[in-house]
Amino acid sequence: MGARRKAWIVACFLLPNFLGFVVFTAGPVVFSLGASLTNWNLQRTTPTRYVGLANYVELSRDDQFWTYLVNTAYFMIGMPFAIAGSLFLAVLLNQRLRFTTTFRTVLYVPAFTSGVALMILWKALYNPDFGPINAVIEAVLRTIGLGGLEAPQWLLSTRNLFGLDVERLGVVREQFGLGARDALIFMGIWTGVGGGNMLLYLAALSNVPSELTEAAALDGASRWECFRNVTWPQLSPTTFFIVVMSYIGGLQGGFEQARVMTAGGPAGTTTTLAYYIYTKAFEEFQIGYASAVAWVLFGVIFVVTVLNWRFGNRETNLL
Amino acid sequence: MNDERRGTGNKGLNAAVYVVLALVAVGTMLPFVWMVLASFKPLQEVEQANPVPSRWVPGNYREVFSQVAFARYYVNSVFVAAWVTFLTVLTSALAAFAFSRLTWRGRDATFQLYLATLMIPGVVTMIPNYTVMVQLRLLDSYQGLIVPAAFSAFGTFLLRQFMLTVPPALDEAATMDGATPWGVFWDVVMPLARPGLIALTIFTFVGNYGSFFWPLVLIKSENLRTLPIGMMYFDSLYGRQTNLIMAASVMSVVPPALLFVLLQKHLVRGIQMGAVKG
Repeated sequence: MGARRKAWIVACFLLPNFLGFVVFTAGPVVFSLGASLTNWNLQRTTPTRYVGLANYVELSRDDQFWTYLVNTAYFMIGMPFAIAGSLFLAVLLNQRLRFTTTFRTVLYVPAFTSGVALMILWKALYNPDFGPINAVIEAVLRTIGLGGLEAPQWLLSTRNLFGLDVERLGVVREQFGLGARDALIFMGIWTGVGGGNMLLYLAALSNVPSELTEAAALDGASRWECFRNVTWPQLSPTTFFIVVMSYIGGLQGGFEQARVMTAGGPAGTTTTLAYYIYTKAFEEFQIGYASAVAWVLFGVIFVVTVLNWRFGNRETNLL
Repeated sequence: MNDERRGTGNKGLNAAVYVVLALVAVGTMLPFVWMVLASFKPLQEVEQANPVPSRWVPGNYREVFSQVAFARYYVNSVFVAAWVTFLTVLTSALAAFAFSRLTWRGRDATFQLYLATLMIPGVVTMIPNYTVMVQLRLLDSYQGLIVPAAFSAFGTFLLRQFMLTVPPALDEAATMDGATPWGVFWDVVMPLARPGLIALTIFTFVGNYGSFFWPLVLIKSENLRTLPIGMMYFDSLYGRQTNLIMAASVMSVVPPALLFVLLQKHLVRGIQMGAVKG
């Protein structure tokens, strides 16, 4: 086979995808780095010009940017619970009892249908006046004789579990409680627990050699000891993958929730960096500034991923 | 394998497992049950806490179609998602073959470049893609919804992993028998990579059917809205008619849920095989 013919064959298979990759992924990455160094505004009449790192300097003094970065991090506190829940459910499903296929199907449905419709549904569920969540909470409070306590206002409230202040970095006592951010976290756990992570853990569990756990059981190890010392180390590549992907997803998340459920409010408490970038680019048309924020987000994701990689390596000797 | 009982399992523990699974399953389904019940409520009851309607109004479902172009949103979503899925699976399979079966200079470096881009937040590429669409005059068009979504680094990665599990001896044998590279691709590798192709098809279709960000920034005219965009505007304009909103939600959630229940065997097998490190 001639070299030219060989090159032609490679091109036929590779190029359809590669061209799209260059035009819609690789090219835009370079392009957006360039855009972040300009004052490009889709609506402004002044000509677009190179401004160096001015956008990045402005961003470092932008209080909104920092509070939204904190919001983005806050939303990720649900992550370990969702991952632990996925693992727990996968272990239960892996007991190979009857009906586990049915359970698996039911548990996976929210992750599969997730999207705008579910967010609209949860907005109604959280409604403080007629939503079922507060109906249940109020009934429970009355039953245990605490009827005077007020149920959370959920999506309408700036309160949160850490008492973070509104539109300012800091902690104040009035803000302790449950509010919009926590509501979105609970919804995220509901959606995520039975999702792809559970299936990944199930797949990994089915690859753990049963001789290992059987040998440990013969040596008198309890079920918990078997899990802790035999199964869990075997799962570490999967755990590592799930943690890395969850970080990457979490840091760029929160857009749909903000756009569909809260408009980023109340008082900006549910605005994440992804939503901030959207409002800067597509509502205020500040393409240059939005690109700079996007690149800082990319930088954060990159650093966290590299740290995960190093730390994960040392802890589990994976790679 | 699902119905086989483990020899060491004791009955008390099994019962506990059932109870926990049943509780979680109920917790998962309750919001959906509330959604279905709320979709049958008469308008007077939408702001009352009773979950079960006192009078059932199936006409809510018809009413959705008369208030917004709901049928149009459906058709748009399915049309766009079908095209995106077809093109994504095709281009990913071709590239995966080039990455797993052909040898060429720079192959591994190019593949690593693909992998690295999986880490890039969508918002980074979204802004330049939008300006490209402006230049190509593809704002507010089906092409603008379909073309940028038709090339997937993730799909290429997934199918490459599957193709690596196909023994190379098979294509060597086919080549000896005079098969062209295209013949090896189509007759040997593709049939054996079928679980991966099915999984990618389902993921891509459902992902695109639910996609929100790109249609939101790209589409201006009402008759090009996809289901998620139509739903969002319906909710923000008629949000107090919770019964109609919930009827619309039921109608948009049911097709992917059914698709999943029907195809889940393939999907789970796809994930299990894909999870094998390649």
